[in-house]
Amino acid sequence: MTKMKKWYFLIFVLPTLAAFAIGFIYPFFQGIYLSFCKFITTSNATFVGFNNYVTALQDDSFKYAFWFTVMFVVVSVILINVLAFAIAYVLTLGIKGSNVFRTVFFMPNLIGGIVLGFIWQQIFDGILKYYGTSIVLNETFGFWGLVILMCWQQAGYMMIIYIAGFQSIPNHLYEAAKIDGATKSKILTKITIPMMAPSITICTFLTLTNSFKLFDQNLALTNGAPIDFSTGVAIKKTQMLALDIYNTFYANNNYRGVGQAKAVIFFIVVAGIALIQLYFTRKREVQQ
Amino acid sequence: MDNAKKFDATEFKQPRKVGKIVLTVILSIVSVIYVSPIFIVLFNSFKVKTAISEELFMLPTSETFVGFENYIRGMVSGNYPFYKAVLISLFITVVTVFVILICTAMCAWYITRVNSILCKIIYYFCIFSMIVPFQMVMFTLSKTANDLSLNTPWGIVIIYLGFGAGLAIFMFTGFVKSIPLEIEESASIDGAGPLRVFFGIVLPIMKPTFISVGILETMWIWNDYLLPYLVLDKNEYRTIPIQIQYLNGSYGQSDTGAIMALVVVSIIPIIIFYFSCQKHIIKGIVSGAVKG
Repeated sequence: MTKMKKWYFLIFVLPTLAAFAIGFIYPFFQGIYLSFCKFITTSNATFVGFNNYVTALQDDSFKYAFWFTVMFVVVSVILINVLAFAIAYVLTLGIKGSNVFRTVFFMPNLIGGIVLGFIWQQIFDGILKYYGTSIVLNETFGFWGLVILMCWQQAGYMMIIYIAGFQSIPNHLYEAAKIDGATKSKILTKITIPMMAPSITICTFLTLTNSFKLFDQNLALTNGAPIDFSTGVAIKKTQMLALDIYNTFYANNNYRGVGQAKAVIFFIVVAGIALIQLYFTRKREVQQ
Repeated sequence: MDNAKKFDATEFKQPRKVGKIVLTVILSIVSVIYVSPIFIVLFNSFKVKTAISEELFMLPTSETFVGFENYIRGMVSGNYPFYKAVLISLFITVVTVFVILICTAMCAWYITRVNSILCKIIYYFCIFSMIVPFQMVMFTLSKTANDLSLNTPWGIVIIYLGFGAGLAIFMFTGFVKSIPLEIEESASIDGAGPLRVFFGIVLPIMKPTFISVGILETMWIWNDYLLPYLVLDKNEYRTIPIQIQYLNGSYGQSDTGAIMALVVVSIIPIIIFYFSCQKHIIKGIVSGAVKG
């Protein structure tokens, strides 16, 4: 196959490579370059060194969004995985109608973030109306609203992966355990959970990156509201990192360089999470 | 062998009969709560606007029921009728998924088989692109698309092919590596050129991966908001998520009844899609998750 004539490259690879250059490679490197510049459009950029990064890291709105995101990620990763694991466990017990339940729990996952945000905004406001408030008036409601929305959307997806995990545990392990007289709780803690470790790793990292990068749901549900002016700077109390970066770019033309610097920091954190995941997956492969 | 059959995994975990019934009842209740948001939207889409804001959780009565009025108003009236958004979303999703599948499959096969230094570089760049969040390239990508006049439904296909190539190439190369080389070699000895070998032999073998990748890309593109919002010329072209966010964004004055109707219209294709290829979707998710 190495004898394939050179010009076949033009047919097989070039279309994708050209699109990849336009859609990823060029914007990515230009983005890194612009994070060191002050600019309004890409043509009038002037180099300013690390100024944008300094401004970004001192920005109260960015810092607030970072900690808000971290809190959201921790809570939703735990809740989604516990919920999905429990549902998957019950659905592999051989109950009648398991397929129907599986369909129901998976369904919300097919709906996009913007539509989900709208649906839940209506529902939360429909309830909170009786207490004279709204999801956009109270940051605590906003936070838990986002968590509920995220659980509703993601639990079904993770459930599918957990079900596949449960089904791949070989029967002979259970057979051996029964012969040895293991109790049900022993089987769960000594066989099921250790054998489920790969699925748990996958789902933890999937929920981690999904929650960390959340944008659509955040925009549609609260759009960062309520806004706190008490410290002198306007801080959107339910704004996550991705939305903060977006608003830095498009709410004020003069801060685009800072927005790009925030985006690079955001990228580094996401890449860091991905590398940690790779490390854990590799380690497990070696052990097996 | 009869004895061995008794040792069934489910048997160990299997609760007693009463426990099973209790679990089924609990699951049924949870399921009803779980799907209730979708049904709330469905019955509210038939209610008059004032009734939606007053009593969201009430079924329509003879006074508040307005039939398909919300649907008709939302679909054809306004400065951007919704049927246009539906058509544009359908167009972008179908064309993009088709283009992504063909182009990335060809690319993945070539770079796996030729495996030159350039091919390796392309491959590692693709893997790398999978971990880059959209916000990183958001501004520069929309600027590039605008400069190259790619801000149309045709143009955005190229942007999607570029930005979405990573995952597709990764999944395809994983599969191509598992295809034995002998099949292709015997065909090329018989005189078939690379195009014949690819479309005649490799493509049919790749079908399962095609379906998996196709489903992942379809779900992503149909629901995607920010990329089309930034790339498309918004006065001319809006997808379903863009239009829903646009209508809902005008807080307070928004026509909730019409949006409810639009939400129902936007969910229907997904539900049809899901029920028509449920098995493949579940397989696709599992294989996508394990690799990603």
